[in-house]
Amino acid sequence: MTTWMLRRLIQAAFVMLVMTVIVFIGVNVIGDPVEILISPEADQAERARAVAALGLDKPLWEQYWRFLSGAVQGDLGRSFVFNEPALKLIAQRMPATLELAITAVLLSVILGIPLGLYAGLRPNSIGGKAIMGASILGFSLPTFWVGLMLIMVFAVQLGWLPSTGRGPTRELFGVQWSFLTWDGLRHMAMPALNLALGNIALVLRLTRAGVRENLPMDYVKFARAKGISPNRVVFVHVLKNILIPIVTVVGLEIGGLIAFAVVTESVFAWPGMGKLIIDSINVLDRPVIVAYLMMIVLLFVVINLIVDLLYTVLDPRVRLETKE
Amino acid sequence: MSATSHDAAPMPPKQETPFRRFVSEYSESPVAVASFVLVVLIFSIALLAPFISPQNPYDLAQLDIMDGRQPPGSKSLEGLTFWLGTDDQGRDMLSGIMYGLRISLGVGAGSAVIACFVGTALGLIAAFAGGKTDTGIMRLVDLQLSFPAILVALMILAFLGKGVMNVMLALVIVEWARFARTARSAALVEARREYMEAAQCLALPKWRLVFRHMLPNCMPPIIVIFTILVARSITLEATLSFLGLGVPITEPSLGLLIANGYQYMLSGKYWISFYPGIALLVTIMAINLVGDQMRDVLNPRLKR
Amino acid sequence: MSDTTLEVQGLSTHFLTRAGVVRAVEDISFSVGRGRVLGLVGESGSGKSVTGFSVIGLVDPPGQIVRGKILFQGRDLTKLDERELQDLRGNRIAMIFQDPMMTLNPVLRIDTQMIETVLAHDNVSREEARQRSRDALGMVGIPSPDERLVSYPHQFSGGMRQRVAIAIALLHRPDLIIADEPTTALDVTIQAQILAEVQKLAREVGTALIWITHDLSVIAGLADDIAVMYAGRIVESGPVAEVLDKPMHPYTHGLIGSVPSRNARGSRLRQIPGMTPSMLNLGPGCAFRARCARADAACAADPQATAPVAGRTLRCFHPQLEMTA
Repeated sequence: MTTWMLRRLIQAAFVMLVMTVIVFIGVNVIGDPVEILISPEADQAERARAVAALGLDKPLWEQYWRFLSGAVQGDLGRSFVFNEPALKLIAQRMPATLELAITAVLLSVILGIPLGLYAGLRPNSIGGKAIMGASILGFSLPTFWVGLMLIMVFAVQLGWLPSTGRGPTRELFGVQWSFLTWDGLRHMAMPALNLALGNIALVLRLTRAGVRENLPMDYVKFARAKGISPNRVVFVHVLKNILIPIVTVVGLEIGGLIAFAVVTESVFAWPGMGKLIIDSINVLDRPVIVAYLMMIVLLFVVINLIVDLLYTVLDPRVRLETKE
Repeated sequence: MSATSHDAAPMPPKQETPFRRFVSEYSESPVAVASFVLVVLIFSIALLAPFISPQNPYDLAQLDIMDGRQPPGSKSLEGLTFWLGTDDQGRDMLSGIMYGLRISLGVGAGSAVIACFVGTALGLIAAFAGGKTDTGIMRLVDLQLSFPAILVALMILAFLGKGVMNVMLALVIVEWARFARTARSAALVEARREYMEAAQCLALPKWRLVFRHMLPNCMPPIIVIFTILVARSITLEATLSFLGLGVPITEPSLGLLIANGYQYMLSGKYWISFYPGIALLVTIMAINLVGDQMRDVLNPRLKR
Repeated sequence: MSDTTLEVQGLSTHFLTRAGVVRAVEDISFSVGRGRVLGLVGESGSGKSVTGFSVIGLVDPPGQIVRGKILFQGRDLTKLDERELQDLRGNRIAMIFQDPMMTLNPVLRIDTQMIETVLAHDNVSREEARQRSRDALGMVGIPSPDERLVSYPHQFSGGMRQRVAIAIALLHRPDLIIADEPTTALDVTIQAQILAEVQKLAREVGTALIWITHDLSVIAGLADDIAVMYAGRIVESGPVAEVLDKPMHPYTHGLIGSVPSRNARGSRLRQIPGMTPSMLNLGPGCAFRARCARADAACAADPQATAPVAGRTLRCFHPQLEMTA
């Protein structure tokens, strides 16, 4: 178990290292580093000073080393727009994005699993077929367009929900959260649902496929032959089996949701780090872009690690193998 | 059995080619056939847009700012009916959508084709070279697939800047990995078949072995992945354009049309965003449904 | 309580598929008494498993019982609703499945799977349910049952898993156990142990046992009565010694001839020519006639069940009344 953990940690560190190389090459080799790292408004003298200060006259490997050691110490440059450390900006915006992503995960599980169970247990019913049809729609619909339509219906036509923004927040553990106020929740409803849509469809289809696959298995028939209630057969025996792949996929999708929040945040003007990155790309605030990329890669690596761990906890068969 | 002799009517022996069988199995689902017809129709509209659209939305001489933001069904000063309304420039939305389809499909399908060639070639190379080459290519594939497409595309566009070519490049880079993985696993399965041993015994040159004998047999999974990825490219391009990172304003794809309508939607002028969205949705749905049916027909595990 | 635990009369279970009707079980009758063992023999696809599932009420759609009575201690199970059947299952009627690797839920601990069975039928405390589970494991010869209770199925060998399944079946000391080829997937030595134990338990508790198998040698040592199934029908039945010594149906005869035995060593094994017919839309007439050396025009009609000797039944127009081999 410990050697396995160690191996995974080394792997994760290696992925991080590769990503720093890719981002470094992207910024310094593909793009013009002077243009990228120095404000476009700077004059000639400022440029020369900055080139020297940034060590851009040094050989490439040395520059990379500076970048890497800076990154390790949490220094990824200052934003041109906000004139603040880029990493600090990202960190400030992160709670809003995480809040949105986690709510979306909860929504996809809370809605996806029951719908999937229904469609799996009654595959030929009208409801089951309707759910499957809707799930194809959930996959096909472009997220941003669905977001627009939600705004059009619920904010413009019906006026039930606020169209954009985060609403009032309240502090918890030194961070501002929307979910603690009623109005904050109302602001979060549409963006979270919008972000969750694809994942609801995914969880639903996984659940249905799992049910269809597990129901004909002998263990289900044996459980029924024991005379336990049909509810227990479905919700304990079958569900526990299909939960393993679902948890894995949902876990891995958290990273995807954080990345995809870029779109939802742009539609609903949700002040998270996704909106920040789009704004930064549009004004070429490159230190923020670099900081965002490094941050999100780190998030991904950490999430993958946690999901792997969770998987071994859930599945007794895997647990045994890794122990030995 | 004597009872069955009369109903075995003399049928002319039709030659059963794999393609014919594919067509007849595909046609079993009416929805899939309708989707296929729709896909052909949509591609034709995109191709023929300059000849069939009511106006040329890029010819500023044909536009009149006075016609701006007219609701669907209203008439222009010259008596032209705007069936789907107009945008803020007085551009006929129907024409805008037809031209937008050109760019959306061109960028989406074009990048999927390029990604298909690049990815399939690399996948086959990985399968055949084996060893370090294989490990190297597949590590890259794994690394890339562990990040969502939107993030990879975002990263590339952040380095390269906007533009049609850059968007296509980003889409190719996002998608080659799936083709590579699919082609490699298909090739590894085929490599163990008898016909490959037979071909090897004939001492055919290796490239001929791979591309002439094996590639056709690897095609079914690649075709399925291709349809799915065309739909995904189109969506991704639309998303990037919506975010303002995709195609320039001079060549508006469906995504950009939708983005343009965003600001007017809050005042109830829904049609500027709504109809391009419907066009996008129908396109993606139709391609996905075609892909679904192809997967069912081509999947050897579901063979009856 | 009467001596007959289960009496099946004219049972037909059909599968109504899109391609047509599969008469998996057609007009079969048999009975099992207290403490008796009935061997249900047939090739795969002959409908013997479907018979077992019909009795316990677990025929999956599109299958359904279309005719007949299943009298369990006098009650007709085909008339009961799902809730009443659920009360009987695992309680008065238990079932053991063929593949021990597949019957236990891989992600639930043994204690969970046993205790839920106890609690499904008896209103006892969890502690008592655990105690009973532990005793049941001990009864089927599983060493250190306390440790074993908190294990997962994959930590057991196939033979041990089948013992666990048997222990679960025995938890409520059922009046009827249906065992669907429970030893086929096991090693021969383990098979013998399990057979001996089940037989002993059946005798001691007075449980009636239906043992479904394709293996005549198992039946010869275990069963009191035998019913031979072919293409959904019972073609011959009776006391095991009589049927095996003096088979009358050509199919039974062929089955016995194809079992290797010690005294026939060196001589060729006989096989039944041809293949089992497709069950889909099977027409009228004796289903065995295509493979039968004695078949003639008469066999195109359905042979009715007759009783050529007291205590035996037979469905054949041309029974083989003395051994020729």
